[in-house]
Parts: sequence; C-alpha cells; structure tokens
Amino acid sequence: MSLSSLYTELILEHSRNCENKRNLECATCTKRGYNPSCGDDITIELMMEEGKVIDAAFSGDGCAISQASTSMMIDLIKGRTSEEVQKLVQIFLGMIKKEIEKEEDLDLLEEAIAFQNISNMPARVKCAVLAWHTLIQAIEELNPQS
Amino acid sequence: MLDIETIRSEFPALGQNVNGKPLVYLDNAATTQMPVGVLEAVRNYKERFNGNPHRGSHYLSVKATMLLEEARTKVAKFINSPSTKEVVFTKNATEALNLVAYSYGLSSIQSGDEIVICISEHHSNLVPWQRVAGLKGATLRYLYLTEEYEIDLERAKQIINEKTAVLAIAVMSNALGTIYPIEKIVDYAHNQGAVVVIDGAQSVPHLKTDVQKLNADFFVFSGHKLFAPMGIGVLYGKESFLKDMPPFLMGGEMVEYVTEQETSFNELPHKFEAGTPNVEGAVGLGAAIDYLSEIGWEKITEHEKSLTKYALEKLSEVQYLKIIGSKNLEKRGPVISFTLEGCHPHDISTIVDMDGIALRAGHHCAQPLMNYLQLPSTSRVSFSLYNTKEEIDILVESLSKVRGWLGYES
Repeated sequence: MSLSSLYTELILEHSRNCENKRNLECATCTKRGYNPSCGDDITIELMMEEGKVIDAAFSGDGCAISQASTSMMIDLIKGRTSEEVQKLVQIFLGMIKKEIEKEEDLDLLEEAIAFQNISNMPARVKCAVLAWHTLIQAIEELNPQS
Repeated sequence: MLDIETIRSEFPALGQNVNGKPLVYLDNAATTQMPVGVLEAVRNYKERFNGNPHRGSHYLSVKATMLLEEARTKVAKFINSPSTKEVVFTKNATEALNLVAYSYGLSSIQSGDEIVICISEHHSNLVPWQRVAGLKGATLRYLYLTEEYEIDLERAKQIINEKTAVLAIAVMSNALGTIYPIEKIVDYAHNQGAVVVIDGAQSVPHLKTDVQKLNADFFVFSGHKLFAPMGIGVLYGKESFLKDMPPFLMGGEMVEYVTEQETSFNELPHKFEAGTPNVEGAVGLGAAIDYLSEIGWEKITEHEKSLTKYALEKLSEVQYLKIIGSKNLEKRGPVISFTLEGCHPHDISTIVDMDGIALRAGHHCAQPLMNYLQLPSTSRVSFSLYNTKEEIDILVESLSKVRGWLGYES
C-alpha cells in the first residue's frame, strides 16, 4: 500500500479539520477507547433518544488514521438506530478483515470505505478499528440484552 | 575508529531492502540485530550439542551443561560479577525484575515501607513494584526530572529516606536516552539502608558494566538488546541476598530433595532456574559478549557518541522537530526521542518506513513518564555500533517530508 493511498485528501481532511471533535453537553453515553501499543486514546460521546443516535462526538489524541476513522464513523452513525449502528460496525470490521464481498454492503459505509485497504498495512489496522470497537462497546452497554 | 564496513557485513539483517530501500535500522533500543558469530554459535549448538543440561550423563546433556555454564562464566566476567553463583539466567530483563520483586520484594518489604523508582522507568521496572506495594501496603514513590530531563538530585535526597526499602532504577532511560548519575543515587539509597535494583537493559549495550563498582544489590539486562537472541536475560544478585530469598518459579532443576510433602532447594544460581533453560539463548549471549569484547568498549563508545552528536545536530535543523531529552552528550546515550509538530508518531513511523527506516513510535512502555511530560507519545531513534552518519542523513531527509505527506504546506 502506498503512502498516497493511505494519506488521502479525504482522510487528512477528517483527521485535521474535525468538527466532530468536541464535547457533547448532553451526552447520554460516554466510552473511552485506548490502544496501549501506540497510545491512541479517544472518547466517544453519544446522545441517544428512543434508541436513536441524535448526536455524536469524540475527543482525545491519536494518529491521523485513528482520528479520521473516528470522525467518519461519527458522520455515518448520526440519526441511526442502535441496530443500524451495530450492523454498520460489523460491516466496517468485516471490510477490514476482507470478509465482505457484496459491493452494496460496502457502499453503506459511505466515506469510511476509504479504509478498505488498510489491511495491507497490518501495523495500522488497530488505529483504524479503535473507534468502531469502542462504539460497539458503548452500544452494548446501553442495550445489555441485545 | 571502528571499521564500519566490516562490522556491517557481519550483520546479515542489515543487508536487506525494506519497501524497496536499503534498511536503515534505528530501533536498537527495542532490539538489536545479530552478527554472524552469534547466529553461527546458536546454529552450531542446535545442530551438534542440543541436550537437556544438568539432567543426564550422556554426551549431549554434558555438552549442553558445559556450554550453558561457559556462557554464565562469560556473563559474570562481562559485568564483573565476583562469582557465577550470582548470575541467574532468566527469559529477559522483565522476568529478572519480576523475580526480584516477587521473591525479594514480597518477602522483605513491610507495610509502611517505601519503594522508590524514577518517573522514567520502563513498565517492567514499575508495574511489578506497583504490585508489590499494593500487596504489602507499601508506598511507591517517584524521583522526578528537571527541565533538562535529569534526575532532580536535591529532591531525590528527600524522597530516598530511612523509609526506603528498595530503590529500583534504570541506568539509562529507554524513552529519553538520559544516563543518570547512578553511583551517586545508589550511594544515597545505601546510606539510607535501602536495597538497590538496577535495570541495565538500555545501558549494557553502550557502557561498560561493572556491578561491583556500581555496588548494585541486583542488576538486570536482556540479551536481545545486546546482539543475542530473544528469550535470554540475566539477573545478577549479591549472594548475601540471593541465598536467603525464596524461589520464584518451582519445578525441575531448582530442587534438591523432593518428597511427597516437602522440597529442599538447589544451590545458587540453580535455585532460581526452574525448568529447562534457554541454552541456545545463553550460547548466543556468550557469543555476543565475545563479539563486543573483541571490538572493545572504547571504540564502541567513541562511535556511538559521534553518531549521537551528529544526529542531535542534524535533527535540530529539521523544522518543527523538538528533541525530548538532554542535549548534553555526557549525560545521554545513543537514544533520541523527538516530536514533530502536528504529526502523530505513528504516522511518522509509517511514512519513514516507506524509506526503509525503522524507528519506534509510541509511549515506549513508559506511560507515567509520558503523562508527566504531558506528551501522548514520541518518536524515537536509537543507534548501535553498526549505524552510520549516512543513515542519519537518510533519516533527516525522510523526516523533512513527513509534514508534506500529512497535508501541511511546509
């Protein structure tokens, strides 16, 4: 994987100019995700109402990949139900593992499809999936029965 | 002067290309590459002498025993240990530190005692002491640094006091490269009646080690940072401590008589070496020590100092780059941490990797230090006797392109 296909304009834009990086005053759920091997440390905040993500944001530090991945994820999940969010996370993680074959499934990820080839750079996979793992933990804590 | 070309030709790993570029290996503080002498010694052992030492009277077992003990003798001489009884083979420096913490720490430290370490300790010399302090009701205290990344000796005199049961400290910081005035600090601690544990993992490859001159009660290091294979480490301990300490791991080899309900333990150092040891690792470590002794410390230190000086100068010229560590060559080793404004170390590492450069990004197993310095992480380059100034030029050239890749205009 070349550097230019990793550090694309889209990824750099999300990593540096991040309107999703802020604090949610009325968050109903907060979850911290930490990658002990490289120090990426993010906290995801969700405002849920009737099982829907009304608003979402994040704070913390990390590399360009982790920050961009988190930001794209937040754009993607706003307005979705918990079930939809869980499905999207599964598709994203499946894409990273190269387990998703249907194009139409990948299309559901919108901009986050930019990380499709990150598995060619094994050292950076953890950076790309941190936010998504953190999100699924947050959702599971909100809905312990599901 | 070192004959660098000859030295480099003795390290097969250095001759390869990475991402289409000649490898520039600058992660020696994490692990070093192995010279042919070490690789051949290990292979020779495995092909001709592989047997279980101290357990049989057949030829191979006897040979393996001899080679294991020969390696111990080399290690003892290398660190100037008065006897081989005081040299225990472990898996690595981490296991050696755990051995001291669990065996000595748990049996000697009392509630109300204090354990003192430096804020820059590697997790391996921090977490075990945290655990001992928690289990025994002792307090873990820290030596902090000055703005020059040196230990604040005036404050240290207050922190190391009559309550200090153990002082555990690295000679050289793996995250900052600082070499601490260890003999002075050891003196303070001994004068207060404390036992001193010294982590030599970073210093052993760069500075001549003399455990008697250091007056270390315990001293540990890893083989794989010293041109030997992974999986072999050393604990040196004064016999006066080791003989009364309970064993760390139980099993074969460390016993004398075993009955259904009771066991008496083997003599030193075998009391601390349960199970089949890593003979090939010990043989490799012995060969690495031979290799270093042949070159000689004077030449190694001179070369590494000139690399460090050159790198500090060149890195200081890189725009937006900040060196995190002392700039005083007398107080630092060939390990340099830095930040590059606006660039996360993990991105830096990925980008320079494309130019074949291996450097380390992260918190360097020293999270409390990073919190103390208020840095999430740093990038780190670390040199060894086989690195060159040309490699530093390649590094600097590559680093100067990093901000461009990350979308900055300069």
